[in-house]
Amino acid sequence: MSPHAHHPASITDVSAAWPTMEELARALTLQAGFNPTVVTLGTTLLGVAAGIVGVFAVLRKRALMCDALSHATLPGICLAFLIAGVFGWEGRSLGLLLTGAAASAILGVLAVHAIKASTRLTEDAAIGIVLSVFFGVGVVLLSLIQSLESGNQGGLKSFIYGQTAAMHASDVAFMAALALVAACLAALFLKELSLVCFDDTFARVSGWPVTWIDLLTMAMIVLVTVAGLQAVGLILVIALLIIPPAAARLWSDRLTTTLLASAFIGGASGYLGSVASYLLPRLPAGSVIVLVAGAVFLVSLLFAPRRGVIAGVMRRAALNLRVTRDHAVRTLLEQGPLTTADLTRFGVGSRLWVAPIMWALARRGDTARSQRRWSLTDRGRRDAARLERNHRLWEQYLMQHADVAASHVDWSADAVEHVLSPQLIAELERTLASSTPSAGRK
Amino acid sequence: MTPNTHQFLSIDLPPILTAVFASLACGVLGNFLVLRRLSLMGDAISHSVLPGLVIAFLLTGSRSPSAMFIGAAIAGVLTVAVVELIRRFGRLETGAAMGVTFSIFFALGVLLLEQAAARQVDLDPDCVLHGMLETIFWFPPAQWDSFFSSATLAQTPRQVIVTGSMALAAILFVTIFFKELRLATFDPALATALGMNASVIHYALMILVAASTVAAFEAVGSILVIAMLICPAATARLLTDRLRTQVILSAVISIATATLGYSLGAFAPIWTGHHSSLSATGMMTAVAGGLFTLAVIFSPTHGVLAKQARRIRLAISIAREDALGLLYRFEELGPRRPTHAELAETLGRSIPIRLGLRTALRKGEIIRDGPSIKLTDLGRRAAASVIRSHRLWETYLVKHAGLRPDHVHETAMRLEHIATDSVRDELAENEPETRTDPQGKPIPPTNYRSQSG
Repeated sequence: MSPHAHHPASITDVSAAWPTMEELARALTLQAGFNPTVVTLGTTLLGVAAGIVGVFAVLRKRALMCDALSHATLPGICLAFLIAGVFGWEGRSLGLLLTGAAASAILGVLAVHAIKASTRLTEDAAIGIVLSVFFGVGVVLLSLIQSLESGNQGGLKSFIYGQTAAMHASDVAFMAALALVAACLAALFLKELSLVCFDDTFARVSGWPVTWIDLLTMAMIVLVTVAGLQAVGLILVIALLIIPPAAARLWSDRLTTTLLASAFIGGASGYLGSVASYLLPRLPAGSVIVLVAGAVFLVSLLFAPRRGVIAGVMRRAALNLRVTRDHAVRTLLEQGPLTTADLTRFGVGSRLWVAPIMWALARRGDTARSQRRWSLTDRGRRDAARLERNHRLWEQYLMQHADVAASHVDWSADAVEHVLSPQLIAELERTLASSTPSAGRK
Repeated sequence: MTPNTHQFLSIDLPPILTAVFASLACGVLGNFLVLRRLSLMGDAISHSVLPGLVIAFLLTGSRSPSAMFIGAAIAGVLTVAVVELIRRFGRLETGAAMGVTFSIFFALGVLLLEQAAARQVDLDPDCVLHGMLETIFWFPPAQWDSFFSSATLAQTPRQVIVTGSMALAAILFVTIFFKELRLATFDPALATALGMNASVIHYALMILVAASTVAAFEAVGSILVIAMLICPAATARLLTDRLRTQVILSAVISIATATLGYSLGAFAPIWTGHHSSLSATGMMTAVAGGLFTLAVIFSPTHGVLAKQARRIRLAISIAREDALGLLYRFEELGPRRPTHAELAETLGRSIPIRLGLRTALRKGEIIRDGPSIKLTDLGRRAAASVIRSHRLWETYLVKHAGLRPDHVHETAMRLEHIATDSVRDELAENEPETRTDPQGKPIPPTNYRSQSG
């Protein structure tokens, strides 16, 4: 299906023939011909279905169960092929192979449950055992098929790594139905599914049929896995199920939003991945789809507004900034005018960190500088007095209510005064109104 | 040396040794992964080393083993770090974090591999999955007497040496740091409090796992690596409760799995008349699964059968005690003895009840007397002990647990079976002057002697 035939000059040649804008636009608007359109539609719909179903798998902490399940499909595929051979049916018949895949996937899930229930091994060990043993049996069967008849088993290997190009129009219809069913089930059973995902014990004692809801999710996972075998292969199908929900969860805490975002990310990965693999020669579609999803995950991990790494770093920096500023102001209130070096000596922070903060405070009008010494303005004094009061209140609170030894109070009070909320301060004032000041200071 | 022996030494021995060493390294280290719920770390690492291998290959342009090893090792350690990062920042559970990491890494590997494949370079993803065990050869001398010369040993296949030294490293690590590993596995907080650095031990273990994964999978493939990191340890864990025994057992199981699996894959098809052998690594994985299944079913302590047998024995013993207690209560009421049918009506007709009655008959605790059933002296003493614990429990439940006298019978019915002599004595010590239970019935004394026949 590749529009180019590219022959590399040497093994270190990593150049590729880039598509023109025209080709890009045609592929993106599904006008590149029948076959690419089928593949693009199919992978997009598969991505949507997997994105929806995967949310429940991830929230239910079943992420690696999907991996066990997809690896467990291999012996089923091989057995179906062998049985077809015995009865003289068309061995490559996709429906038959996929039925075998689904059957052995279900067997794998049951095996994980049985191991968990009847031994003292934990779920991860059960998953690992099922995953490797089933796949190993599949490999043995594969080598058996290879030894029985040569050349005819080529189609089987494509299930391990996927072969999007083999998608037919009927597969697209199947994917569409799958996506539709997944969306409908998610919408219909949203309440039940979210209850089971977030608090299965509560759901169970409230009389919800948790086992049936779980079975429903598992059945959907099996369907998506089997559908995904052809597109991305059994090793990478787990990526379609886990990465979009993992990325979506970084953007939202609400289940509905997560579901929509995950479906969108899954669909977009399928769409962009298959278009890219059509346009660029030698890019296997399955891997590209996973890598697109992976890129979305990476972007989400870095830039998500609340849970992203950058947001976290910024938050911590802002907190550090505030802590240092408050310390500086309080030290000035206690000690009178000080140089930057003095502030460092009083443990406010390193000079490089303190100096710009002091200049910023001066710009705000909280401090003034004369003869290299910083002093508080009236406004800064008011601010510092408020901080000092909070500090004392917190000290009192810790001593009276948290049983902290008096000698330890100041240390922890310094660390926490910056997080006091106005409500807490009001409450402390009420509870401690009658108490006397501590640590010999006022 | 016969030609057959020579063939065995050159074709079969090297793969067997490689597989045994690889399995040994993974099997021994796997104990600590299984116990720390990190079983799937091996899975994650062995999938993610693929891009490391391919990048090393693309950079050096050759299949130099050391470059490939370094590339894979970097990818392996990177996986551990990235999983930890995603878990912490992405707030995903470890499983999902592993899944995200290794699937992205693997996809990258497959993509790069396709690039390499387009340049007519032999780097088959299948080798990564199933290994190249069948391609390891050795050319031993034709005579036994020149067998241990340095020239012969210098020709030992690289894979044998690599996996052998990895197995040695794993065994040494586990032997030397056994105490530290045990403590860090079961109680990392205590380990830290005792001045051990639990996280250093954790990372040392992880690096060794990554290294043995990398060392092993070139020869045996990632599937066998995953299986060997989990299956022998899980099997051994079902056979013993002691960690030292478990580690030793897992090593034995690893060796057995590798040799048995190779024999089944390589020799069994030929014995049954086929020409070609089956995938040896796949067969080893299947054997590992088979041994695990056997342990699940037949383990004397933790097996399904043993557990079921224990449960049945307990049910029978409870049924017997219930029957004795019932007969004792009949005796308290009056001279009439119950018939078999009456007994069955009260106790039910389940299989444990029938077996329990039969046990009591066999032990001579009850005898048939026409249509009715009577306690013997022996049976009466046993029954008195059951009734004693029942009524002591009732007293205890009413006085100390605050239950109403008419509510305690059901609970006491259950507790009477699990009261050992010492528990009974303690219950009796609580209330030395108590002679009757809350309903006013007498509590039989410890040294109960029958007054009537």
